[in-house]
Amino acid sequence: MTYTFQDIKEAIQTQFGADVVVAENTALQQPQLTVKKESLKDICFFLRDDARFYFDQLSCLTALDNGVEKNTLEIIYHLYSIPFHLFFILKVESERGDGKEALPEIPSMVDVWHTADWHEREAFDMYGIKFSGHPDLRRILLPADWEGYPLRKDYVEQEFYHGIKVAY
Amino acid sequence: MSLLDHKFGQGGIVVSQLEDVLNWARLSSLFPMSFGLACCAIEMMQTFTSGYDLDRFGIIPRPSPRQSDVMIVAGTVTFKMADRIRRLYEQMPEPRYVISMGSCSNCGGPYWEHGYHVVKGVDRIVPVDIYVPGCPPRPEALIGGFLKLQEKIRKETLVEPKAVERFLANHKSAQVV
Repeated sequence: MTYTFQDIKEAIQTQFGADVVVAENTALQQPQLTVKKESLKDICFFLRDDARFYFDQLSCLTALDNGVEKNTLEIIYHLYSIPFHLFFILKVESERGDGKEALPEIPSMVDVWHTADWHEREAFDMYGIKFSGHPDLRRILLPADWEGYPLRKDYVEQEFYHGIKVAY
Repeated sequence: MSLLDHKFGQGGIVVSQLEDVLNWARLSSLFPMSFGLACCAIEMMQTFTSGYDLDRFGIIPRPSPRQSDVMIVAGTVTFKMADRIRRLYEQMPEPRYVISMGSCSNCGGPYWEHGYHVVKGVDRIVPVDIYVPGCPPRPEALIGGFLKLQEKIRKETLVEPKAVERFLANHKSAQVV
């Protein structure tokens, strides 16, 4: 049988308790499930290894900044099951941090899916999210000595880079 | 075209200026350094192919900056690339020229306002001789840029080389009358 979004959600709740689900959004064409940050890794291992789903592929990992006012940040995991052709979108919410000293900390999913390695590096590069447990967390696109995280809503570009004026 | 491009009656002796001969030799064998940065590079590669045939101008890409006369900055210059471009330019022997190809390397192009990662014009890191407009410029435009560069080289003189001119312009006080 093919499992729906509800089935997968219920399976997660049966395994980890009902309060593990923080929010869900089924109004979208691709429904999304927001879960607790603490149990994210266990849920991911469960979804990957459970014989009903086998979510063996992390199609995409991306982040979303909700801005200074809300002071939250989301990390979105697009999962795909190759054997059963299932899609699932998992989300976690976190504190935003100031993007300088205080960075939000999210458990790394590299142990679960190796794909997460470079995706997390990109999210770190653009949003300044610290993925704890990541084997090699450094910038992937921008130069190593770049200041700030450009996709944050309150990002202000630096004035000079190696003596070159950044603004037009 | 210069005098040297015409056919001479009976062969034998041609009287010319040393300067003209040297300039003609230099402008007829411009070796660009082969490297590309973005979509402009695709147009540049096309310009090198037999369809547009830059070879007829004596323009053959060289794989090393040390054998090149001209650098075509073909594409978006990011800050990460800027250091590399500067180094490549410094590795080229004098006299060297730079053609800035396309909007991005001319002035930042579409990234001029929100492109935090783009150098707003390659002339902020290396001196540019020719700007080729376009996004990306057609091969004809790049050939046009090379013809302009040839014009420029044809007018150069050994007595007062371009580098000296530039130096004098920058250092008004150093001017010798």
